[in-house]
Amino acid sequence: MSVPITEKQSAVFMKGIVKRFPGVVANQGIDFQILRGEIHSLLGENGAGKTTLMNLLSGVYRPDAGEIFVNGQKVNFYSPRDALELGIGMIHQHFQLVTNFTVAENIVLGMFGPGKLNMLTIEKKVDELSSLYGLAIDSRARIWELSVGEQQRVEILRMLYRNVDVLIMDEPTAVLAPQEIEKLFEVMRRIKAEGRSVVFITHKLEEVLAISDYITVLRRGKVMSTVRPEKIREKDGVVSRELARMMVGREVILDVGKESRKTDQPLLRVENLSVRGDRGELAVKDVSFSVNVGEISAILGVAGNGQRELVEALVGLRPKDSGRILLENDDLTAVLDRVAYIPEDRTGRGSVADLPLLENLALTVRDQFTRGPLIHWKNVEKKARQLIAQYNIAAPSLTMKARQLSGGNLQKLILAREFSQNPLLLIAEQPTRGLDIGATQEIWHAILRQREQGGILLVSGDLKEVLSLADNILVIFRGQIMEIISCKDDKGLEEIGPLMAGVERKR
Amino acid sequence: MESAVIFVAKITITSSMAVLYATIGEIFTERSGVLNLGVEGMMLVGALTAFAATDCFQSLWVGVLFAMLISGIFALIHGFFAITFRVNQVVSGLALTLFGIGLSDFLGRPFIGKVSLKFEPFGLFPLDKIPVVGQILFTHSALVYPAYLLVPLAYVFLYKTRYGLQLRAVGENPSAADTVGIPVFPMRYLYTFIGGALAGLGGAYLSLAYTPGWKEQMTGGQGWIAIALVIFSMWDPLKALGGALLFGFINAFQFYCQAAGLTLIPSYVLRMLPYLFTIVVLIVITRWEAAKKRVGAPAALGIPFEREQ
Amino acid sequence: MRITLKKRLRPLNWGRYLLIPAAIVLALLVGALLFLWVGVNPVRAYLEILKGAFGSFYNFSEVLVRATPLILCGLSVGLAGKMLIWNIGAEGQLVVGGIAGAGIALFFSAYIPGPLIIPVMLAAGFLGGACWGLIPGFLKARFQVNEIITSLMLNYVAILWLEHLYFGPWRDPAGRGFPGTAMLPDMAWFPRFWGTRVHLGLLMGFGAAVVIWFVLAYTRWGYEIRVIGTNLQAAQYARIEITRNILLVMTISGGLAGLAGICETAGIHYRLQQGLAVGSGYVGIVVAWLGKLRPGAIVLISILLGSLMVGGDQIQISLHVPSAISLVLQGAILFCVLGGQIFKDYELQVQGGKH
Repeated sequence: MSVPITEKQSAVFMKGIVKRFPGVVANQGIDFQILRGEIHSLLGENGAGKTTLMNLLSGVYRPDAGEIFVNGQKVNFYSPRDALELGIGMIHQHFQLVTNFTVAENIVLGMFGPGKLNMLTIEKKVDELSSLYGLAIDSRARIWELSVGEQQRVEILRMLYRNVDVLIMDEPTAVLAPQEIEKLFEVMRRIKAEGRSVVFITHKLEEVLAISDYITVLRRGKVMSTVRPEKIREKDGVVSRELARMMVGREVILDVGKESRKTDQPLLRVENLSVRGDRGELAVKDVSFSVNVGEISAILGVAGNGQRELVEALVGLRPKDSGRILLENDDLTAVLDRVAYIPEDRTGRGSVADLPLLENLALTVRDQFTRGPLIHWKNVEKKARQLIAQYNIAAPSLTMKARQLSGGNLQKLILAREFSQNPLLLIAEQPTRGLDIGATQEIWHAILRQREQGGILLVSGDLKEVLSLADNILVIFRGQIMEIISCKDDKGLEEIGPLMAGVERKR
Repeated sequence: MESAVIFVAKITITSSMAVLYATIGEIFTERSGVLNLGVEGMMLVGALTAFAATDCFQSLWVGVLFAMLISGIFALIHGFFAITFRVNQVVSGLALTLFGIGLSDFLGRPFIGKVSLKFEPFGLFPLDKIPVVGQILFTHSALVYPAYLLVPLAYVFLYKTRYGLQLRAVGENPSAADTVGIPVFPMRYLYTFIGGALAGLGGAYLSLAYTPGWKEQMTGGQGWIAIALVIFSMWDPLKALGGALLFGFINAFQFYCQAAGLTLIPSYVLRMLPYLFTIVVLIVITRWEAAKKRVGAPAALGIPFEREQ
Repeated sequence: MRITLKKRLRPLNWGRYLLIPAAIVLALLVGALLFLWVGVNPVRAYLEILKGAFGSFYNFSEVLVRATPLILCGLSVGLAGKMLIWNIGAEGQLVVGGIAGAGIALFFSAYIPGPLIIPVMLAAGFLGGACWGLIPGFLKARFQVNEIITSLMLNYVAILWLEHLYFGPWRDPAGRGFPGTAMLPDMAWFPRFWGTRVHLGLLMGFGAAVVIWFVLAYTRWGYEIRVIGTNLQAAQYARIEITRNILLVMTISGGLAGLAGICETAGIHYRLQQGLAVGSGYVGIVVAWLGKLRPGAIVLISILLGSLMVGGDQIQISLHVPSAISLVLQGAILFCVLGGQIFKDYELQVQGGKH
């Protein structure tokens, strides 16, 4: 199925690319080519080396070995500027926008031109471009006023304004609701029709089959295969599984076999809760829901719809504006020690990267080990060894720094610590984001076991995760709960996509 | 009465110039994301260089030029450690201050008590003929007048030009600036140099015009006051002018009380005023920012940039 | 050709132990250039510095004398630094500590039983510094005001206050115009050891270092402080009280610097005079960061810098080189040592080829 590689007709040709990072070889001799006017998907698991490869092409990194040809010419990029000059632009997963600047300012940023900025002219040009491609945006708005989807449009417009020939998009669909994804695909097709190329990085099979001309599958820094989607559509389901197998190297079974343990006994009750965001805006608006003992409720939504503020209010890290939060009839702030919280940001909030594992294991549970003014580190150590064995954490020593642990092991460590305080309520925020399938499954099982202890509020943007674990799904959009859907309600589940994009359910 | 107003107003201007230059310079540096707490050291190096070079070449302007050049290069020491070596910028800036104090003290010994050329005040004809205003604004030494141009120019540069936009982007989000092809490292070096050069100009103003001569630690904390004024101004050159003039006014008030023999406020309290004033101003501006939920500081201030992670 | 820094694939092992000596050598080379500039043979200058600091038992005792306030100020800056608070105000806290302690000795010694005078003075010195440190601490905790500037501005205020006192109301009437207070009563003089000027303050410094080390390593409060200083978000997540800890740390930090002040006053000068504010608070910053905020290392670095200062005084006398050279060398050492740290994780890479 592989494509014969020729240097002449390709827009970009990368040959024998090697890139090493401390502890890992991200790209091990990759050959990759992009033809003119194609949409080429880069498919692979987290850590397969997709983003690294494209960072090499866009000048962010420099390869340790290998060559890059653009339009048949060998090139040597020292910075993104060099790549941009040859018409290669990349839209990173984490948007590269200056949030205090306006849309137009961000778009014109870094371009050559007269010293005096004529913002009116620039804004006019941006407006023209945005209506041409159907990327509606207010060119005078500041970035922080925009939703994530709108910010992505700014990124795309910025590249179109620069007239790039090769547009690289790193996981662009991860932040979009299903409706917005279809719109994005239209824009991608349009760009392709103009004879430009698009590289589409993703780990979602369905999307790849829907849009690509070519698919390159990466696994552990190597190219597994380059195929045309037609070949796969012919045999449909079977080959789709084959693709998945190529990605991860084994059959993917994501069924964790849950049965509901939900009881009728209410545990957490949130009533008419409103919370303000960092800029004083209402980020959570009049939200009410409850979680019963033994139940897993999931808050599902595209990132940035008030989930963060809601969770922070629940765990007492952010003052609430109005409303009530009750845990078994007590105001939650009075019984915060019965609540465990697994934050989305494992290294920034859930652990202290520069302190040893031992000290990280005492972080939220230090009360248990305190005698008088002293912490009994010997007891912490005993407990730590027990947890490390119980949760299968690969940690060679307790004195190593938390930052030296892999994402999966760090998350298991945080989970172990939080579960060890026997909480009534567990709040887990994106617990498996960025983890490989093995670690994901272990964490899912641990969360399911936790139902014996009490209730669980899961906050996630990953539909698959939510469907695998939850009893109820609360779809959140712009700070409001759109609807509460039971996982047994198949009709309701079909509406989740539109709900995530803010479309009210038809009755 | 009128003469008293003119007296105070004139001293307000003359005693605010050194901090004004240093503040504008530090605004440029910090706008690029580099926090340089070495202003005090850079001003001292500038003051000594200006005096020594003037003495050596018998030309005031050569002295000023050398002061700006050497202080700029001196700032690049911090730049090198903070930008390329990613040393904690607070510590590196403090090290630069100590280094500057020590170096100027060490090399300046032979110049203590020496008398050399100095900038004399003159009326800027015909503007100085305007009654009152002309007397206040246009009867100063030649190192004052450039400030009248520098402030508006700095403002226009920062907010109305492509280069100003790039500068602000580098300080707000260096990674974003890098992705669109702005050379982050060279920009940071450049504006660190400019910050140093302007601090040097402030130092030169002290040793050649304001209090002509060289004395160790003659800046008396003005470099630190400049850093406080940067926060006060919310990184805006126009507001920096206001802050510097306020500082100058406190000074002028102190002079006036002493000259007029007013003993209502003891002199040591008067001498504390600029420092106390700086603290109060800082409290006020911080409260104001919190109330308005506005953050004036460049988002990436003090954070080293690294492309390869 | 380009030279860039590249992350090492594995961190430096034995080489890391060479980084600090290499950095110090580099800093000394910078100093050597300055010696050449003023026409002094650098080798001879450094030998004189060594001789000045370690040439005799008495010389070394002077090193310990100089190190005493540095240890206390270094611990002051270092403890605050552990919480990522920048206490640049140790100098002012030292001065206020000296004023408070000396005030007790000058005006209240008649009312205090003899053996209690020194403990009361120590307490007053600690409290004086603590109050001065609490001002920026409170402003930071309550209003998020930048403590770098406020603590620094208070240095100037404290020094002006001190000058006012010994030039004005507290001036020794019998001093014939000498700027300084009267001598403290004999009872208030700190004991000295071995017939040198080494005094009680050195023991205070060692004691404080041990206590702080223990508190940071073994107490819950010390642990909480380290968490706050390493990751503020995680500290909030773990429900650690930030505001109260800022106040507490700045109190102790200011108090330590205040101790340095009273120790200098009652151990060396026996009166308030100009020699109190000689920059120990600033050198304390250098000490703390060179010692990576570790109490034990802070003691060692203080002695090292103390020897540099004593040596600097020596060459001022013997070679007529301004003693400010020791400040220059401190700045250079700080730059080089901190800058050198990057080579633990990075290496220089020379890239050839055309653009």
